[in-house]
Parts: sequence; C-alpha cells; structure tokens
Amino acid sequence: MIFDKKTRAKSSIKAIIVVCIIYAVMKILMLPQINVINPFYQTIVMKICIEITLALGLNLITGITGQFSLGHAGFMSVGAYTAAYIMLHWTVNLATIIISALAGGIVAGIIAFLIGIPTLRLRGDYLAIATLGFGEIIRILIQTTDKSFLGGAAGLSPIPIYSNFELVFIMAALCYVCINNILKSSYGRSMVSVREDEIASESMGVNITNVKLLAFVAGTFFAGIAGAMYSGYVGFIQPKDFGFMKSIEILMIVVLGGLGNIKGTVAATIILNIIGVILQDFAEIRMILYALLLIIIMIMMCGESPWIIKMRNMLNIKKFNFKGRGKAGA
Amino acid sequence: MELFIQQIINGISIGSIYALIALGYTMVYGIIKLINFAHGDILMIGAYVGLYCVLLFKLPLIPSIIIAMILCALLGVVTEKVAYRPLRNAPRIAVLITAIGVSFLLEYIMVYFFKANSRTYPTDFFSFGSANIAGITIPIDKMVVAGITIALMILVQIIIKKTKLGKSIRAVSSDRDAAQLMGISVDRAISFTFIIGSALAGVAGVMYGAMFTINPLMGIQPGIKAFVAAVFGGIGSIPGAILGGLLLGIIETLVSAYFSSSIKDAVAFAILIIILVVRPSGLLGKNVKEKV
Repeated sequence: MIFDKKTRAKSSIKAIIVVCIIYAVMKILMLPQINVINPFYQTIVMKICIEITLALGLNLITGITGQFSLGHAGFMSVGAYTAAYIMLHWTVNLATIIISALAGGIVAGIIAFLIGIPTLRLRGDYLAIATLGFGEIIRILIQTTDKSFLGGAAGLSPIPIYSNFELVFIMAALCYVCINNILKSSYGRSMVSVREDEIASESMGVNITNVKLLAFVAGTFFAGIAGAMYSGYVGFIQPKDFGFMKSIEILMIVVLGGLGNIKGTVAATIILNIIGVILQDFAEIRMILYALLLIIIMIMMCGESPWIIKMRNMLNIKKFNFKGRGKAGA
Repeated sequence: MELFIQQIINGISIGSIYALIALGYTMVYGIIKLINFAHGDILMIGAYVGLYCVLLFKLPLIPSIIIAMILCALLGVVTEKVAYRPLRNAPRIAVLITAIGVSFLLEYIMVYFFKANSRTYPTDFFSFGSANIAGITIPIDKMVVAGITIALMILVQIIIKKTKLGKSIRAVSSDRDAAQLMGISVDRAISFTFIIGSALAGVAGVMYGAMFTINPLMGIQPGIKAFVAAVFGGIGSIPGAILGGLLLGIIETLVSAYFSSSIKDAVAFAILIIILVVRPSGLLGKNVKEKV
C-alpha cells in the first residue's frame, strides 16, 4: 500500500472528524439534563482515555514495530512523576498543565532513548526481559528517592487533580491521529517492515536501529503524557502502581485488541474497562477472565493442532503471524 | 569478617533457591525456547502445598517437600499440555504471551480460593537452631537449604547425563527435527523437562515459603530473579544456572548488607541488563551464531 499525501491528508481529516463527532456525542451525553454519563461513568471514560493513550504507545512499539516491551509502566511512571513534581511546585493553570504533560512525555522519551540505544539490539524475548528489568529499575530508583523529592515508597501526594474529560480526551485523540499518521507515512511502513523481517528491510535500505528507536521513543513519549494525565487524575501516585503488573495489563489490552491494530486497541480498552466495571466487586474473577482470554486468543490465533485449525476455519479467523524470525523451538 | 562470612552463607542459601528455580527456567528454555513466566507461580503453588501439608497433616519437612514436588510436577505437565503444546510451532512471542496468561491464571485462581493475604509456616517447621563453627554462628536451616539443593542438582545432573530420558532431552534441545527422525518422542522429552523443572520449583517453593512469608503473588519476584540467574549463567546451560543462582544470591545479600536492602533488586536487574547487552550468552553459555 502506498499512501500519497492526498490520501494521507484525507485519512487524517476523516479521523479528526470522527474524533470531533465522538467528542460532541460524549459531551451531550454528559449534560446534566441528559445524564447518561454521570460523574461516576465520567471517571471511567477518563480512565479509558488514559489507557487508550498508553496502549496505543505500546502498540506502536510492540504491535507495529514488533519490539516486545514489558517496561511500559516504568515510562508511564517517569511521566507521572515528572508532571506531579512540576504541578506540586507551580501554580495550576492550562499552560502549566500542558507544559507538565509535555515535560512528562519528553523526559520519558529521553530515558527511552538512552535505554533504547543498547537494548534495542536485543531480539524478541531477550528484549522483553531487558525492558522488564529497566521498568523495575526505574520503579526501584523512584522508591529509594528522598521523601522530600519524589516521595519514596510512600508515594507523592497531594497532587492537584487537574485532569478533566476534555484534556484526557484530546490527549487520546491526538495520540490516535498521530499514530494513525505515522502508520501511513514512510516511517510507519519501515516500522512494519522491521517487524516483518529485519534482514530483508535492512537490505532494502531501512535503517533498522533508527526505526526501532523512533518507535520506542514515540511510544514511550505517549506513555509519559498518559502518565502525566494519570497523576492529575488520581492525585496520588506511588511506585507500587507502576510495577510489572501494570505493564502486563497494558500489554494485555494491546494483545486482545490485536497487535498492530490501532482501532482494535481502542476497542479492547473500552471492552476491558466495561468488563472491569461489571466485575468491579470481583477483581479476582476479572483477572482470571483476562488470563483465560489471553491464553485462548493466543492458542486460537497461532495454534497448530488440527482441531484449532478447524475451529479457526469455522469462525473464519485469519491465522496471526508475528512473522519475526525465531520460531519457538527452531 | 564474621559478618562477611555469615552474609556469604546467607547468600548461598538464598542463591541455592534461585539456582533451583533457574534450573527449571534454563531447561525449559533449552528445549522449547520459552521463557516460562508461569514458573514462579509453580513455586508459589509448591509453597501452598507445603503449607497445607504442615497445617492439615502435620508432616515434617521432607515428606512435605516430596508431596509439593509431585503436585508441582503434575501442574507443570498439565500447563505444558494445555497451554504450550498447541503453540509448539508458533512464534516465540505468542508462547511468551500465553505463558504470561498462565502465570496470571494461577495467581488469581489462588487469590480467589486462598485470599491475597500473606501467611507464614509454623515457626517450628523449619528451625534447627544454629551451629558454632570456628567462632562463627551458622544457622543450620541455611545449611539444610544448601544441602537439599546440592543433592537435587546432583540428581538432575545424573538424570540428564546418564539416563535415556536425559539423553532424549539433550537430543531434543540440540535439534528437535533430527531427534524426531532418530525416533525420539519429542512430546515425551518436553513433558519430562517440565516435570523436572516444576518439581524443582516445588522444592524451592516449600523452602522459600518456610524462609519468608507466602501469598499468591509471591512467585513473581523469585521467578524474575531466577530468570536473571539463568541468563547470568548462560540460559540453556545447567551448570550456568547453578553458578548464576549462587552468584546472584551472594551479590544480593552483600549489597543489602553493605549498601541498602532497597536497591538489591535494582542491582539484580542491572546485572541482567549488563549481561544481556555485553554477553547475551551468559557466563557459561555457548555463543550461537544466527543464520539468515
């Protein structure tokens, strides 16, 4: 697929129009006279928007570029702490909110750049473990900081609660449009080619190191911004919130939505959050359900047994190919 | 000096537990190239089995360990059959994600049935007093841990090197297709690997649980640490896992004794990343060239 400038512009305009319509509908539903989305649901909508941004960032890294990262929550925490630190020391107004969010994203991006240079040479599961290690190191370092600086293990509070629906929605929408655009640009095509086959794309003149770094930094930049909004959404952050489990939760969204599928990511975030609301009194059952879904989806999409193939044909599911070299056992 | 030697002994005891878990990781990685994220949770199940052996049947250490070994081995085989076997030829990342799913499943099933709160073994289950050797007090339970570990490692080494099943495991690890052509049952070799690895995790679970507290999420930390140990020593290599586990345990206890216990995990991960970047094949691993 080759996208010229015109189709790309068309596609972004389409995306922006869709976003505006969704925004208007949400706003109308939130009117106190209609009150379909009451303040309780409004907090969930905000949570969904934050998670969409996080998951889209991870999808850019893992789904589109094929670099398996398990440290996304670490970068989110960098953004959250940067923004919280700024907001605790500055007065809260729109300008400082935007500055703090951007600062969160940029600091996360810089750290990702520094981490990415050595680790993105690693492949597949090794990269996953290295990013997991970095995520944990970031968390532990924040935990050992001085109480007056970043709060240490006890966490940082009270952060002014400045995130509102407009801010998080615009953030998620911008993130979606950006990643949609990246996908349709030459950068996006080279990212996909790196996922499909590193050596083939390298021999076609794609600078794979640069492409991987670009995807990694861009994805973590969004994670940082989402983290910033998260700190202004909950008002209290502690290192424990950004552990390995959080990274896995984001990964789960990306996998359930379909690796490399940004619309799917949005849908999966919404569906998983709705399941979460329905099962909010049964947190364990929710996690058991997620885990089962993860296993079943993976087996259905990549399994090789005859009955799985039969099921796949019956349900008309296409076999998913990660394509990356290194089959399990080869 | 006395403090230093005591720390080394502490390090060896925790390190030998890491080594036990790392053995399971390294064997499974060696045979199906899968980072078995659920391995730490099998350790957790082992700890719970041990706890209930003690609480319900008042069993002493060794029988509890044996029961934990058997049940964990069963669990390991079942997870392999149900979750990993259909993905035998699937991309590695797909299997890795499935392993994460299995890990979550085990954790939250345990949270659901046994609640998330921490529990401890009865204090008299795992205390043997301490011995005084050359003016240095050495707690005997630490020695017991190291002793059991060494015995099991010798056993595993004998199984791998001397028996027919061990031979088939080694054959399947080095080349699955060729092994199959020679008439080796690949499925059986893989199942047997999971049996050995999970049984070792069960032993480690009982000892880890007796040394610390247990809860359904306890497997994550030792699981990741043991993986670090396996990579440190060279993943796929059995002596490497033992060396990596012991070194990691000693480094960790020394860091927490002489610097701060809060950064010991960070040091473990820093080691992991340095090893991955500088020498991905680990201390004792073989360097494998990748073919295009």
